Amino acid sequence: MIFDYTVIWDSLPLYFGGVLVTLKLLAIALFFGLLLAIPLALMRTSRSPWVNGPAWLYTYVIRGTPMLVQLFLVYYGLAQFEAVRESVLWPYLSNATFCACVAFAINTSAYSAEILAGSLKATPHGEIEAARAMGMSRAKLYRRILLPSALRRALPQYSNEVIMMLHTTSLASIVTLIDITGAARTVSSQYYLPFEAFITAGLFYLCLTFILVRLFKVAERRWLAYLAPRRS
Amino acid sequence: MYKLEVTDLHKRYGSHEVLKGVSLAAKAGDVISIIGSSGSGKSTFLRCINLLEQPHAGQIQLNGEALKLVPGKDGALRAADDKQLQRLRSRLAMVFQHFNLWAHMNVLENVMEAPVHVLGMGKAEARDKAEHYLQKVGVAHRKSAYPAHMSGGEQQRVAIARALAMEPEVMLFDEPTSALDPELVGDVLKVMRDLAAEGRTMVVVTHEMGFAREVSNGLLFLHQGLVEEQGDPREVLANPQSQRLQQFLSGSLK
Repeated sequence: MIFDYTVIWDSLPLYFGGVLVTLKLLAIALFFGLLLAIPLALMRTSRSPWVNGPAWLYTYVIRGTPMLVQLFLVYYGLAQFEAVRESVLWPYLSNATFCACVAFAINTSAYSAEILAGSLKATPHGEIEAARAMGMSRAKLYRRILLPSALRRALPQYSNEVIMMLHTTSLASIVTLIDITGAARTVSSQYYLPFEAFITAGLFYLCLTFILVRLFKVAERRWLAYLAPRRS
Repeated sequence: MYKLEVTDLHKRYGSHEVLKGVSLAAKAGDVISIIGSSGSGKSTFLRCINLLEQPHAGQIQLNGEALKLVPGKDGALRAADDKQLQRLRSRLAMVFQHFNLWAHMNVLENVMEAPVHVLGMGKAEARDKAEHYLQKVGVAHRKSAYPAHMSGGEQQRVAIARALAMEPEVMLFDEPTSALDPELVGDVLKVMRDLAAEGRTMVVVTHEMGFAREVSNGLLFLHQGLVEEQGDPREVLANPQSQRLQQFLSGSLK
């Protein structure tokens, strides 16, 4: 099996540029996604159907449709409408990076909201009672007990979501962005060497995943120390 | 002047009436034990005092201040004024059967949490108080540990320190030793005995007849939602008047 290393070596700057784009997309998507996920998760744990209903609908629709379909709807679908093309948002909505970030952020917000809502619902009831018995108001209870506890317990599952999001950003290459996969597609079409091109892309994603896993391990050691087994 | 006065509490779950008119009055320094068999309503009664359960009728007064109650849905009474409820709850401290420590905080943070965030105490002052009370209950050496890494007896003593740090008017204990194995029960009872000797006002739901007899100065025997007998524990336990109490005592080993 012949592997053309020189092509890859020459294309490395393109790949590294792609890494920067991937990381930028990932960071923006995760930041806004989590920001949106917290109020959504709180809505999903509400007993009032007026509050829970809209949040449920949002997470159902977003989790129930493929990421690619959502991305196409945001990038190509919205551009179909005259009203959008002439609106003040057009400079943003015609920009591929903006559209990709919006689509990714919405997608991760729905999954993260469900993860967090599950974590909130699983909070030991006794801890909530103790907080109320001490005289904590509802806001204090959420801020000091419920959210810190739920966010910590959601960490392992959230790490899965982050890693999936890293790989999901590869879809940005379909809408003209040159991320890692975009770089691979460029190399593949330039040199007609898809194997080398995509194996290299895979290796880059592997490295990034490794780094993310290690970061989460550090985070878990710090924030989930209380769940670790007792050291004798 | 009574520190805690609970008058004629009623509570039902659907059509099943659990409390049919239970009253309790505690002066400063009183240690009142509530005993009874399962289903007699003793834990429910205690939990109604700080409104963790919603009674359907009755009055609760702490230091002469009556908790304002309004009927909600299903007739259950809820607090009319949330701020008053929070304030009164902060003056009543509760110790639970299953400790209910906050798992994501270590021992010191657990004890400091309510004084800082409910009473508005400064962190340094709260830390000093926390260390003082942890020392008092004998777990100061574990102040950086997490609850999950401690034995049941240690956890319950931390829970007592957490309650003490609020410097409450009245302490409520909901079967504090029922979840502990016999070796650890003694440690917790010793702490409670010391608190009683200090003159703290305590209301204790318990199965420990020894504690009820030796440490408390008032006893309530609940049966099916009503007070069957009450009085000085030494008299009531030595000479039970009602047949139900005689049956109940003959069933217990102490």
